[in-house]
Amino acid sequence: MKIAIPVDEKDIKSNVCVSFGRTPYFLLYDTHTKESVFLDNSAVASTGGAGIKAAQVIVDNKVNALLTPRCGQNAADVLKTADIKIFKTTNASIKENIEDYISGNLPLLEEIHAGFHGHGGK
Amino acid sequence: MKQLLILSGKGGTGKTTIASAFIKLSNAKAYADCDVDAPNLHLITGQSSEPEKADYYGLPKAEIDLEQCIQCDQCRQNCRFDAILVENDYMVDAFACEGCGVCEFVCPVKAISLKPAVAGELMLYSNAEKVFSTAQLKMGSGTSGMLVTEVKKKMKSAAIDTKVAIIDGSPGIGCPVIASLNGVDMVLIVAEPSISGISDMERIIKTSAKFGTKIAVCINKFNTNIKNSKQIELFCKKQDLPFIGRIPFDSDAVKAINNGLTIVDISCASGTAVKSIYNKTMELFFEDGGDLRS
Amino acid sequence: MQDFMDTEVNSMKIAVLSGKGGTGKTLVSVNLAAVVNQSVYIDCDVEEPNGYLFFKPEGILEQQISVKIPTVDNKLCNGCRKCVDFCKFNALAYIKDKMIVFEEVCHSCGGCIILCPIKAVIEKEKVIGKIQKGTSDQVTVYTGMLNTGEASGIPIIKRLLTENKRESNKLTIIDCPPGSACVVMESIKDADYCILVAEPTLFGVHNLNMVYELVKLFDKPFGVVLNKCLEGENPSEKFCLEKNIKILSRIPFDSELGKMNSNAEIAVMKSLKYRAIFSSLIETVKKELQHETTFNS
Repeated sequence: MKIAIPVDEKDIKSNVCVSFGRTPYFLLYDTHTKESVFLDNSAVASTGGAGIKAAQVIVDNKVNALLTPRCGQNAADVLKTADIKIFKTTNASIKENIEDYISGNLPLLEEIHAGFHGHGGK
Repeated sequence: MKQLLILSGKGGTGKTTIASAFIKLSNAKAYADCDVDAPNLHLITGQSSEPEKADYYGLPKAEIDLEQCIQCDQCRQNCRFDAILVENDYMVDAFACEGCGVCEFVCPVKAISLKPAVAGELMLYSNAEKVFSTAQLKMGSGTSGMLVTEVKKKMKSAAIDTKVAIIDGSPGIGCPVIASLNGVDMVLIVAEPSISGISDMERIIKTSAKFGTKIAVCINKFNTNIKNSKQIELFCKKQDLPFIGRIPFDSDAVKAINNGLTIVDISCASGTAVKSIYNKTMELFFEDGGDLRS
Repeated sequence: MQDFMDTEVNSMKIAVLSGKGGTGKTLVSVNLAAVVNQSVYIDCDVEEPNGYLFFKPEGILEQQISVKIPTVDNKLCNGCRKCVDFCKFNALAYIKDKMIVFEEVCHSCGGCIILCPIKAVIEKEKVIGKIQKGTSDQVTVYTGMLNTGEASGIPIIKRLLTENKRESNKLTIIDCPPGSACVVMESIKDADYCILVAEPTLFGVHNLNMVYELVKLFDKPFGVVLNKCLEGENPSEKFCLEKNIKILSRIPFDSELGKMNSNAEIAVMKSLKYRAIFSSLIETVKKELQHETTFNS
């Protein structure tokens, strides 16, 4: 399984980022090969619709599941359409959340917050 | 570092007045002004040094290279925002331009390009002990939500070791407010006892609730309309929201602010009321353990 | 000559603005329109319209306002993604061979429609709000209301001001949104005169400066109404004196007025004192306008 996590730095020892759409980087982790790849989040500089763009990046990288503390409506719609499951991270440790996901102990993310209406506009 | 955000919904309720009092009472080491359209906090927090300034880029704006322009009018015809003006030359109205890129696309001679446009200025006052982050959005700009996010980011990256950061929020219920709510631990709502004030308060409560933060409500200038004040208290009870106090209208408060002082720097009725609200807020804020003493 | 000038002045458009909410902008707009009576009141604060709460207009006619949003014919779409890559607002996503449009994020620029090489993207109307027209006594009340979640109220403001062009023989009061952002600029574009409402505080003068810069930029004649005046120093008044700005009226802080306002009552209908204050204000503005017309025509 390929999972994605928004992270603060390009380091597996760093923290899970509090935001999905505007996270500086994504960690793409393969649960079989145990390989880690860090991606720059091209959506971070967006004036609006960052969640949508970030979700498109996740979809384009053929991810199976996203682990995140929160997610907006628009991004969730993109991920749902692509059949990507969204799980809720329980703390800031990347390693712990990956382990919990693998052992099936990570909950699904139920609380989807309203989209920020993509406010780059007026 | 946990974050306390002060919001109101309606403008002019006394948000900044209360935020500045809280900053004084807690001897806060980290605070921010997220009202980037009309920042006021810096007027009474008395900074002694010059801030670190940084340009903030919002939407890019279109620019027409007059030497290439053949006046074919394609740009003006396709612009949905009436942002292309013609006098003798073709020009872009920077206030109306939304940076969509259509004109750049349709121009047959590539005379138009999107250029980064400064939409505001970030200011960071920091020394070894304290950090104060604020910003000013340029007149006529949009993208205030993103600028708010930058203000908070700068405050956090100054990495001052402290338990509580106080954030003066933006008025309204739109995107800059939502941006300021992101990552906050508690929201204190300052309500105004007027018909429009009550309606705004209900909307800001709904918005804040979506973020799962703790919420508490207080009323400012409560004695300007006792009936409406009671209505607000009843509403809080029904919604199971902590109602933590009322502040009277106080002309001494105005005098203090006009002299660049907070309402807890002088002896006045509103200052006394705010002290009690502050204590109750901090109780709730640190409910799950820990306190202000670092 | 005097009669002609009176007619001109009577059909003027006056915009009322302030740097921040809560200074008394709606108080001034509503009461000016009410005291003149043969007038038009336009509420351009389409995110938080309040004027109608005071006027309680009757005989309401409503019109929906819509913008154009793209929609994709997925049968024609070949997945080239030119539109997704072009969109500066990230309103489009391409997933599982389907294009999705995020309507609230879309700015209706029309770019994707223009550039789709096989014309698979077409437009549909999306309602973003409405305008209501009613009457309260003899005041024509226009209210603009933006639906929550929508990006920009500008199309609604534009329509409000166009609708009003037909009633150009009456005095028009435009209640502007707070601040100095684009929606405010749109609201004052056609104004003949601007009234800036300021409160006597350190914050008030800071925000007054913002709208002062705005009206200067747009070259609009303007004056200031000092509201909630208390005894003692008034920083906003000081600002006006320093910059040689005309002070049109000083409304003292009055808890009675505050109470009426917080109960959405129109002061000039309930109090002779306020009827006099606002009548005097409109006369002052008319004189200022005549002064402008004489010297600038």
